[in-house]
Amino acid sequence: MDKIDKSLLEKVSSLHEIKLGAFNIRKNGEVLERKTSGEIDIVPKKDKPGIDIIIKPNVQNKAVHIPVIITAGGLNDLVYNDFYVGENSFVTIVAGCGIHNTSNIDSVHNGIHSFHLGKNSHIKYIERHVGEGKGKGGKILNPTTKIYQKENSIMEIETLQLGGVTSSVRKTYARLGENAQLNVQENILTEDKETATTLFKVTLEGKNSKVEVVSHSVAKGKSYQEFKSDLIGKAECFGHVECDGILLDNARIVSVPMIDAINSDASLVHEAAIGKIAGDELIKLMTLGLSEEEAEDVIIKGFLMG
Amino acid sequence: MLKLENVSYLVSEKDNDKDILKNINLDFLKGKIYVITGPNGSGKSTLVKLIMGILSPTEGKIVFNDKDITNLKINERAGLGIAYAFQQPVTFKGLKVKDLLNIASNKENDFNTLCDYLSKVGLCAKGYINRPLDDKLSGGELKRIELAMVLARNALVNIFDEPEAGIDLWSFENLTKVFKELKSTTIIVSHQTKILEIADTVILLKEGKVEKIGSNSEVKPLLHLEMCGKLRGENG
Repeated sequence: MDKIDKSLLEKVSSLHEIKLGAFNIRKNGEVLERKTSGEIDIVPKKDKPGIDIIIKPNVQNKAVHIPVIITAGGLNDLVYNDFYVGENSFVTIVAGCGIHNTSNIDSVHNGIHSFHLGKNSHIKYIERHVGEGKGKGGKILNPTTKIYQKENSIMEIETLQLGGVTSSVRKTYARLGENAQLNVQENILTEDKETATTLFKVTLEGKNSKVEVVSHSVAKGKSYQEFKSDLIGKAECFGHVECDGILLDNARIVSVPMIDAINSDASLVHEAAIGKIAGDELIKLMTLGLSEEEAEDVIIKGFLMG
Repeated sequence: MLKLENVSYLVSEKDNDKDILKNINLDFLKGKIYVITGPNGSGKSTLVKLIMGILSPTEGKIVFNDKDITNLKINERAGLGIAYAFQQPVTFKGLKVKDLLNIASNKENDFNTLCDYLSKVGLCAKGYINRPLDDKLSGGELKRIELAMVLARNALVNIFDEPEAGIDLWSFENLTKVFKELKSTTIIVSHQTKILEIADTVILLKEGKVEKIGSNSEVKPLLHLEMCGKLRGENG
């Protein structure tokens, strides 16, 4: 592992306080390092690239890291990672991809993850996406996440992408069983001519299932972001989507809501607010001694990282 | 210490210009408490916004410690030692109470220091320092945190625009105690009798002009006349 590898790994998969259970590091389409534990097994797929991560029932407070790093230009990486989470387990999964592309040819990572959550299980899924390198070649990331939640399971997702990624198409599909709960916090910054598209399609199938999506977007330069969400309530359930966007320079953010209460007891809400930084926020911070530029930075940092 | 010399603030409306403030001359002395009062629309909030630099005068000069600050930006005035509490506290998505207190005091504070700032405004630090300063806090909580931010500035001039509004479950006595303990020059916009009582000087504004400057007992009769006249006018 060289300096660039280590720096990328630190950015996408910073070491966690929770005791590490297992990990799989993928570099330029190949496995770089892997470790399994008695409770968490990682098995390579035989029919396609990728791994199965099998978490036994009743595993408590462990972490799995599956970072991907790409340092080669012109690579088009496709990987399938399937998680099977045993009943009553609580595990933190840290994933994400860092692309360091100094070439003039695009590097692409398509990560297709599926999560099968057993009854009463709880997953915290942290996903970080980083693009860097001065080459003209694109740093392109297209993560797809498919989630299947059984009764009383909880899935928490934290997605962070802070500039440098030329283009990303992020798709999340989820099906929630009875009393299942899905919480998503997505924070995305785009700059220059970057584009980022997010699509959520969540089907609330079980009684008392609940989804909460909070998306915070900051678009700078001439970048473009699109946020589409589609909630389908098939039972007595609750769904809330909040899309907040801050626009700077000549950037654009588009929010497209779709809510479908098939069951009349479904309660679904979509809120969206897109605009410049509020003038009174800037003025307040300036009265505390910050320059306008410093105030803008503090507001954006808080909005994305707070 | 802080002087307003022939300060006017005029806004252009459709057909004519309107004087919000006209030819204001005021001299705020070091360490004194000033309360600016007067009927709604008399220009009180505009006056303190001009001092902080949130608005710029259309005429006149603002001098602070012998330095002309008329054209300085808000943060430059803050840097010289002017602090300001908003009438309507501003909320943020993602910034915590401790973040704002750290920015206000320009240092990373430990728990005990944050506790000092918040306990002065009647809040327990434990329950607040890690809370986002957003609209999930009540109006009264926001207002008290707004005051705490000004205390954390440790400024030479502290300005409070209607600090009593929305102070829930916390007595005026505590609020006036905070003002009395400040070593700074304190400028408060208020209608409240108990706040007027702690003023060294009361400034009565009427229709954008200074109607009277004096002690509370000197201004009080005029204030009553003003209010009664206004009421009579409204009823008649």
